[in-house]
Amino acid sequence: MTGPKNFGGHERNAIADGKTPLGRVRGLGSAGHGGEHWIKERVSSAALLLLGTWFLVSLLLLPDLQPSTLVGWLSGPFGFVPMALFVYLCFEHSLEGVKVVIDDYQGDEGGRMTWHLVSLFLHVGAGALALFALARIAFGA
Amino acid sequence: MARNTARPLSPHLTIWRWGPHMLVSILHRATGIGLTVGGLLLLTWFLLALSGGAQGWETFTGFLNWKLGPVPLILLGLVALTWAFFQHTLSGIRHLIMDIGAGFELRTNKTMAYMTMIGSVLLTAVFWAVLLGKGA
Repeated sequence: MTGPKNFGGHERNAIADGKTPLGRVRGLGSAGHGGEHWIKERVSSAALLLLGTWFLVSLLLLPDLQPSTLVGWLSGPFGFVPMALFVYLCFEHSLEGVKVVIDDYQGDEGGRMTWHLVSLFLHVGAGALALFALARIAFGA
Repeated sequence: MARNTARPLSPHLTIWRWGPHMLVSILHRATGIGLTVGGLLLLTWFLLALSGGAQGWETFTGFLNWKLGPVPLILLGLVALTWAFFQHTLSGIRHLIMDIGAGFELRTNKTMAYMTMIGSVLLTAVFWAVLLGKGA
């Protein structure tokens, strides 16, 4: 009998569109990495729940909001470390969120890629600036 | 992407009857964008100002206390930003609950949606009452 090899019981479909099952699904998405963005968004949200609460409660618990007080707070290990994590995760979570918004409203593939790049550069740039400033606060100018 | 304009678009905001769950979903996105634009800028500026000596700090606090006539516009924006934070946090918790498959019953879902909105306003009020109460 001539025709395609046995593709695990899918011979008929394989004949119908001239493709193997693998050929049909190639390029269609997830190969184990598809969930990464979704999970990142949720893991960072859980972390931000803690760190965001820490940030606002700390502001309330500080004796005052004078620059010297704030610098003292952010120079200590229990100010600097959570703040560094807070800054990093804020930017990561925002980047992931903006991705979804761009995908939702930008139908054009070229436009989508452009906006993703713009968003990525702005997030990384501003995030790096914020982390630099925090390091300078903690370790002195 | 080429689109045949003679064909109808999928139904959008205009045709649905508004409910709390729909409003919360939209608020989640709106507050998220607000926090990205306003919150991240302010956080970055706050750290930069604090790291850059007295003059930079004065420019920063001067901006925060800027008034349009008698109205402390920026400070009100800051209140709005904290509300956005609480709203996004609470509706985010709602999303996490729904991610595990819970809270889809109509009544529960509606109650949760209302709770995020009531909660965010309450938390904002408490936060600013305590902050302003310190006289900082």
